Amino acid sequence: MSRYVARRLLQMIPVFIGSTFLIFFMVYALGDPVAALFGDKAPDPATAARIRQDLYLDQPLWKQYLHYMGQVFAGNFGTAFNGQPVTELMGSAFPVTLRLTIVAIVFEVVIGIALGVLSGLRRGRPVDTTVLLLTLVVVSVPTFVSGYVLQYLIGVKWRLASPSVSPEATFGELLLPGVVLALTSLAYVTRLTRTSLAENARADYLRTALAKGLPRHRIVLRHLLRNSLIPVVTFIGADIGALMGGAIVTERIFNIRGVGFQLYQGILRQNSPTVVGFVTILVIVFLLANLLVDLLYAVLDPRIRYA
Amino acid sequence: MPEPEQREVIGSGSGGAMSMASGEAESLKGGPLPGSADSGKARSLWSDAWHDLRRNPVFVVSALVIVFLVLIAVWPSLIASGNPLQCDLARAQDGPRPGHPFGFDAQGCDVYTRTVYGARASITVGVCATTGAALLGSVLGGLAGYYGGWWDGLLSRLADVFFGIPIILGGLVFLSVVTGASIWPVVGFIVLLGWPQIARIARSAVVTAKQHDYVQAARALGAGDARMLLRHIAPNAVAPVIVVATIALGTYIALEATLSFIGVGLRPPTVSWGIDISNASTLIRNSPHMLLWPAGALSLTVLAFIMLGDAVRDALDPKLR
Amino acid sequence: MRGGRRARAMVALGGLVFAMAAAGCGGGGGVPAGWVRASWGDPQNPLEPANTNEVQGGKVLDMIFRGLKRYDPRTGAAVNMLAERIGTRDSQNFTITVKSGWTFSNGEKVTAKSFVDAWNYGALLDNKQKNASFFEYIDGYEKVHPAAGAASARTLAGLVVKDERTFTVRLRTKFSTWPDTLGYTAYAPLPRAFFDDHRAWLKKPVGNGPYTIDSYTRGSAMRLSRWDGYRGPDRAANKGVELRVYTDNNTAYTDLQAGNLDLVDDIPSTQLKNVTKDLDGRYINQPAGIIQTLDFPMYRAEWNRPGMEKVRKGLSMAINREQITTQIYRRTRTPATDWTSPVLGEKGGYRAGLCQDACTYDPGRARRLIEEGGGLPGGRVTISSNVDNGSHRLWMDAVCNSINNALGNDRSCTVNPIGTFADFRNQLSDERLDDMFRSGWQMDYPLIQNFLQPLYYTDASSNYGKFSDPAFDRLIDAANSRTSTAGAIAEFQEAETVLARQMPAIPLWYQNGSAGYSEKLSGVMLNPFSVPVYERITVK
Repeated sequence: MSRYVARRLLQMIPVFIGSTFLIFFMVYALGDPVAALFGDKAPDPATAARIRQDLYLDQPLWKQYLHYMGQVFAGNFGTAFNGQPVTELMGSAFPVTLRLTIVAIVFEVVIGIALGVLSGLRRGRPVDTTVLLLTLVVVSVPTFVSGYVLQYLIGVKWRLASPSVSPEATFGELLLPGVVLALTSLAYVTRLTRTSLAENARADYLRTALAKGLPRHRIVLRHLLRNSLIPVVTFIGADIGALMGGAIVTERIFNIRGVGFQLYQGILRQNSPTVVGFVTILVIVFLLANLLVDLLYAVLDPRIRYA
Repeated sequence: MPEPEQREVIGSGSGGAMSMASGEAESLKGGPLPGSADSGKARSLWSDAWHDLRRNPVFVVSALVIVFLVLIAVWPSLIASGNPLQCDLARAQDGPRPGHPFGFDAQGCDVYTRTVYGARASITVGVCATTGAALLGSVLGGLAGYYGGWWDGLLSRLADVFFGIPIILGGLVFLSVVTGASIWPVVGFIVLLGWPQIARIARSAVVTAKQHDYVQAARALGAGDARMLLRHIAPNAVAPVIVVATIALGTYIALEATLSFIGVGLRPPTVSWGIDISNASTLIRNSPHMLLWPAGALSLTVLAFIMLGDAVRDALDPKLR
Repeated sequence: MRGGRRARAMVALGGLVFAMAAAGCGGGGGVPAGWVRASWGDPQNPLEPANTNEVQGGKVLDMIFRGLKRYDPRTGAAVNMLAERIGTRDSQNFTITVKSGWTFSNGEKVTAKSFVDAWNYGALLDNKQKNASFFEYIDGYEKVHPAAGAASARTLAGLVVKDERTFTVRLRTKFSTWPDTLGYTAYAPLPRAFFDDHRAWLKKPVGNGPYTIDSYTRGSAMRLSRWDGYRGPDRAANKGVELRVYTDNNTAYTDLQAGNLDLVDDIPSTQLKNVTKDLDGRYINQPAGIIQTLDFPMYRAEWNRPGMEKVRKGLSMAINREQITTQIYRRTRTPATDWTSPVLGEKGGYRAGLCQDACTYDPGRARRLIEEGGGLPGGRVTISSNVDNGSHRLWMDAVCNSINNALGNDRSCTVNPIGTFADFRNQLSDERLDDMFRSGWQMDYPLIQNFLQPLYYTDASSNYGKFSDPAFDRLIDAANSRTSTAGAIAEFQEAETVLARQMPAIPLWYQNGSAGYSEKLSGVMLNPFSVPVYERITVK
């Protein structure tokens, strides 16, 4: 078990180096960021050259990367375009996005699994079809559309919640954006639960349980659901990373100053320290989430043991 | 079972249980003579499936819808006489009127004509990107699951990195380097973004399938790698891939809209549901009809493909017989 | 048993989240009575006067600084603020006297040295100030800010402090209207604290304007309260302003509707159709010193050869400005008929209709002119613009449709959206754009010179299309050396007719400033730079 975890943790080193370089290269490929700093006016060449020199942009790519990595290992993630240290941005952005992700995941888990169980147990009946249609509508509407619609309806028309999120970003304010964020994943969770439930419903151990005369709700909860949750848990584990980084559109619509917001700013202004720093942390979060999911397997399925 | 194999199950990405279930069923059915029933069994699996499908109303209906959609994607002029690029700003955002049942969009183009003409680009993007991602993902994921070892580790971690890249950054970089009015850069980008998800699922399905008795038996009888993968493992791993791919088809078409929204998606003169949905998004308050029709068409397409995928998957799963 | 415990834990977790959610409701963070909550965008640069070149940072500087001159919020005329007298005999040597009695909000006196130090700081290459070029007219600029290499002087030779309240300025050439440029924020005075503890100053800038900064959380909000020690003529009528950062102006607008915000100074064009109804008339729409044009890449031979001016004019005539400004912009843009802006006024050099027929929609003549000129290069044309901010896609599509309809061909014009501003800017400066591109110009100061020289003079700093015409250059030079303003303006207008003949840039429309506000506010107005005049806002 500990050897397994150690091996997985060791694998993170090459992934870390690979992904930082990849992202660094991508931001580099976007071109020279200095030209955009001067607004409508053309950059003054002497000033622009000084700024490039300051940001190490006048060096070849590999030198820029080495310089950046040297700084990172010294604990310095560089500065954002407005002169703020990236670590400071991370400190304020990650807790906000983490809260948003928790709301989204809770929503996904509670509603998604409930709907999945409902339609999985009533396969082919009207309930199943209704759930299918509902999740479909949700899949085919992009986040920015559902975001704007719900923001207007709930925030302005019915005045049920504030249409934007204050800098404190409390859980209450994040409810609506969290739901919007979770909507697309909801369809996957529902469908996956439904499918694996339907398949497990025919497994031998269930027949045994039925034969033993156990009560129905006990069978569904203890035996069926528990065994059907593995693909769902896998999906949600993979989704944590996607939700945290993929909230760019949601955070923009609801004015949330989280990871997506900072990433968007960093990308638009082509500030590689911001983008590389944030994405690297996201990749690490992603790797950890995957590891956690794999460990959860053993809990859900007793047949799986660790070496 | 040997420990390292077990560990691979643990380390696997998605879909463990789904594939486990179908694998289990397989071993039940093909139990007595797993090795000798080789080719005959595979053939009967597919022909049985076809036999079932023809009698399944879900399959028939969804197939008809898809045939219809493909038809208008190829010949939009069959049901729309207008020109989707002919726009008169004077009619901008107007509601329905005779001859224009769906009303007009922000540029004064006819929404009905644009919805019909949008089918081609959107369905092409959806189907091609899904096919591409499914093929690439299944092959890479399948090989990783089958061979394991460093190749597997490399691939899984590569997928992790891909998952970490924000769509908007990837889109801006990829689609500003590979540009052009055609839809292929967009398809390529979606494939690039989508394959890791499928690869994870295919990989764990293959890992599970290859541990079953009949597969071990086939190997003991000296079956080669290619034969093992194609004859024994692939049919058992295909079901979870289909489930995810059919939902993905819908999200890919919607993703094209998101790409248009950030300005790197398809561009005129191409007409697509994504472009129209993105244009409509901020105008929903005044002109909901601009959103309703392209989004409705997208929903119908996704519904048809999911239903088709469901039916095909059920038919391929012998346990459900 | 394990399963049951887990299920209970799950439920408990869910309950906890929703309980926290309920507790968090209503915690939006209000402001004290008498304060204004206004929308803001993240400033792109540290808030130094000579380093701020965009509207969002400019908003703050306009609240916390007062310079020698100030542009009247209503008329745009440059009037003396801290300047008691700016005198000159030859349009090249100026003597400036600073009024007495002005202080910074930390108590320090504003003296002649406060200005000279600030300007020297702004001009010096080592300080990397983005507005350094504003000081290029002052003698000695090339020493403190050489085009290449290190600076050979730390201060501008043309600036000399005479006594506590007087300093002299020597320009490199004659520049008759130079004093009128001094209302720009780059020329603001700076206190010693700026130089002594720069880092602390940046965290909480100190100035001499009607407001002082209470707190500044970068990326989210700034609180500015009225400075009670302010002695200027334009004291704040409200108790303070909270500026809140929004990345999407649709959200700011939604917040205004929901009562979370009092003032939005950029109404998204997609909401314009319903804005008067939504806000019950609490909406202003007034001209600002911004013009949008479509420029031609004159660096490309196929656009620059003789006869192409007919094609360029033809394209201009194929654009139905009237319809686009009505249908898409709901009259928050005005069809352009010259290359300046109505905010200059007739006296300032704006002349409506200077462009004449070439800016009037006439599809028939457009088609003929394009044919006479040899047709579109390659038979088609594209319009390029960044699409990451502003609703550029809407008008780009509309302009292309207008051209297509006029030319009777669906595919003669297509749009080329570019994902980021930086990418767009780089493609421009590398001369990679082969066809028309968007150009927006927001004036620095309300002078006709500012709309012409930086944009169309040979090799001028923002002449992206690389237009060059000796007659135009001669007229601009002549205008600048005039001592009388009226004479200068006549020559600037003469130069503008060269643009009308050559059409290196198609004037599209003059952009208005627009703003919406809540019932709490009155006295809301925008200045000619489309920035709200915060100090005049009163709160119920």
